[in-house]
Amino acid sequence: MTDELRYLSQQVARQRLDRRSFLGRAGALGVTAATANTLLSSAVMAQGAIKGGTLKVAVEGGSSSDSLDPALVTNSTGTIVNRLWGEPLVELDPEGGLDMRLASEMSATPDAKTWTFVIRDGVTFSNGKALTADDVLATLERHAGEDSKSGALGILSGISSMRTEGNAFIIELDGPNADLPFLLSDYHLMIQPNGGKDDPTAMIGTGPYVVKSAEMGVRFVAEKNPNYWDPNIGHAATIEVTVINDDTARVAALQSGQVHMCTRVPPKVASLVSRMPGVEVHSVPSAGHYVFIMHANTAPFDNKDLRLALKHAINREEMVDKILFGNGSIGNDSPINDAYPLYRAAEQRNYDPDKAAFHFKASGHEGSVLLRTSDNSFPGAPDASQLFQQSAKAAGISLEIKREPNDGYWSEVWNKQPFCTSYWSGRATQDAMYSTAYLTSADWNDTRFFNEQFDQLLFAARAELDDEKRTQMYFDMGEMVRDDGGLICPMFNNFIDATSDKVAGWGPSKGFGLMNMYAPVKMWVTG
Amino acid sequence: MSLVLKLIAQRVSLGILLLFAVSILIFVGTQILPGDVAESILGQSATPENLANLREELGLNEPALSRYFSWLGGIFVGDLGTALTSGTNISEAIGARLGNTLFLAMVAAFISVPIAILLGLLAVRYKDRWPDKLISATTLASISLPEFFIGYLLILFFGVKLGWFPTVATVFPEMTLGARLNAVMLPALTLTLVVLAHMMRMTRAAILNVMQSAYIETAELKGLSSFKIIWKHALPNAISPVVNVVMLNLAYLIVGVVVVEVIFVYPGMGQYLVDHVSKRDVPVVQACGLVFAAIYIGLNMLADILSILSNPRLRHPK
Repeated sequence: MTDELRYLSQQVARQRLDRRSFLGRAGALGVTAATANTLLSSAVMAQGAIKGGTLKVAVEGGSSSDSLDPALVTNSTGTIVNRLWGEPLVELDPEGGLDMRLASEMSATPDAKTWTFVIRDGVTFSNGKALTADDVLATLERHAGEDSKSGALGILSGISSMRTEGNAFIIELDGPNADLPFLLSDYHLMIQPNGGKDDPTAMIGTGPYVVKSAEMGVRFVAEKNPNYWDPNIGHAATIEVTVINDDTARVAALQSGQVHMCTRVPPKVASLVSRMPGVEVHSVPSAGHYVFIMHANTAPFDNKDLRLALKHAINREEMVDKILFGNGSIGNDSPINDAYPLYRAAEQRNYDPDKAAFHFKASGHEGSVLLRTSDNSFPGAPDASQLFQQSAKAAGISLEIKREPNDGYWSEVWNKQPFCTSYWSGRATQDAMYSTAYLTSADWNDTRFFNEQFDQLLFAARAELDDEKRTQMYFDMGEMVRDDGGLICPMFNNFIDATSDKVAGWGPSKGFGLMNMYAPVKMWVTG
Repeated sequence: MSLVLKLIAQRVSLGILLLFAVSILIFVGTQILPGDVAESILGQSATPENLANLREELGLNEPALSRYFSWLGGIFVGDLGTALTSGTNISEAIGARLGNTLFLAMVAAFISVPIAILLGLLAVRYKDRWPDKLISATTLASISLPEFFIGYLLILFFGVKLGWFPTVATVFPEMTLGARLNAVMLPALTLTLVVLAHMMRMTRAAILNVMQSAYIETAELKGLSSFKIIWKHALPNAISPVVNVVMLNLAYLIVGVVVVEVIFVYPGMGQYLVDHVSKRDVPVVQACGLVFAAIYIGLNMLADILSILSNPRLRHPK
């Protein structure tokens, strides 16, 4: 029986049998669909990537007002296009480690303050110029410069100086940071000739593809870069990226076979889409989370009992069920989950109306609590707010919901009003997440979490190269945020993408959805 | 004839004056929008320092009056400026987008105008009988459905189930005319269903109005067939309101199809405008506003002129 199955799966891999018939025949042999699928994907992998063909991608989140400058990319479309023509020094690997891209080696001094990256030999830009350490230096100078508008400006703030020595690029930091390489995997930091200082929007890089046509917010066409250095990625001869912001239209494009993969299947329809013939849905856990944030320094939220009351008054399972339709996992009032390296789980906080009522009484707060929300703070935020209102009511806490317009939410409400809904898409490391939003001095400290002990631990963890000790430190910091902070984190959302059975090569990843936005260059067209 | 030319010249100069007034309105309107472009570009990722950098670079610190005049000066030489968000040339971007929008509007008009007028004539011919009722009921039903719903229905049946037309109507310069027509078929059909009822009902009403006249009675007494009466005697006299409603719908097809563009991923003006409004990209919004106003004014002017030409009575106002 197994021989028969193996034979059949090889037939599929060689395209002599289609996937549907295979699953049917596997079922007849008494094999579950899940096993059959696994068998099939390993057979397809073993067969190896097929080169050539045109791979078509539908992406959510692109607009005609976007820029081609990698420093100014803010959405999925820009990230995917960056990954077509450009490459960073290092990239996240599926196991939570690092994949060496344009840096072939890296090393740090024991104090983690000086980092050296050896630049890969024999790599050329798509304009024919050879890649040098000076290009890397110029790129980081452009992003970290004083008048920079780069989205990566914040994460590069700890750099005190940069220089090159032959084919090595050296970064000196103000303070130790064991996570620096993770920060350099940022999607803005595409290495450009002379750092893109001459023409930042030229899309000249070392990536596996060369962009031939770019219509912002509409369509991008890229062809294989014949001089690309890494034979393991970049299989299709041509990649077409189409921006389809309408959810229904995006799924319909996949269903009618006009595209091979699409991002952001709405959670509501994910299970319906997975039943469509020839379509596979990938619901992948992520570090992204949907949150309710309180300013811990503003009345009435400066009262720890009130914060605890609200934290106990939210029903996390219900949120995952009804807002994410099961495509996610429950949160624990810290921004960190097992998507991060060096994570250890803390005791789960559950919905407990009695405890909530107890803390609410202890807080001495009278009357209702005002919660602001909007549609764009996260998908389903107004509904989630109503669920919160209901579960809090059972604990005798009255939540008043104020619906704010999408327009101006990020400038007028978020990080300004004391209690509102919001989202975070997660960062590469715990240090990056905490430094962005929980350090006392952080611009985006949207919970006004001011804790000296926490800050000290954060800096100490940066200098700590022993993983075990760092794990403990991060655990302690997570506890501080969880018990004392202004964050109510009910859920971590999955990335939900879908691919057609005309492409193969899907694999695990860290970072963003669609295989960290690498699916177009890592997957291949099978038929 | 010189009287006609004079009338036309009058209309054109009035149109230009109106356009000038609109330019002031647009400029003032965009100035009183809440928020500012720098905040909108950076969104959640704004920090005070990169906000300040961006404002400086975008020239947002200059006074409004000097910005208006430099903008107006640019328009006369065909320079609409550069988009604040992406730094691209607005004239070029609008040129391509406007071409796409006009193409889609034209295809939709080529399908819908003849059908609407024909259905209108049929409705008059069979007034108050079942063909009239059927035509009115179906066209009114289609105008009552929201555009996005019609779009989804067409996608479901013609795109997904039957596979006749692509559900994604993205067009690009390298496409052949045939491929282009195939690509825009679903959005064009959606638009047709949206505008059909209005034009059909108007044709029907205008002709019915004329049908009360004495000369129609004369034609009937002459023994002409009823369709010939409608075609030869009623329609030419009803042309003025029909032209007006057709132009109104043409203008709608050009400036009001954002929803259809989004659903079918069609790279037209509407999506371009909305993208930039949401990012407070004022120069683009102003340019789009001006282009739309020019189209509206132009089409209305055309409707006026056609009415005047078609009706000798209007040429000699008392």
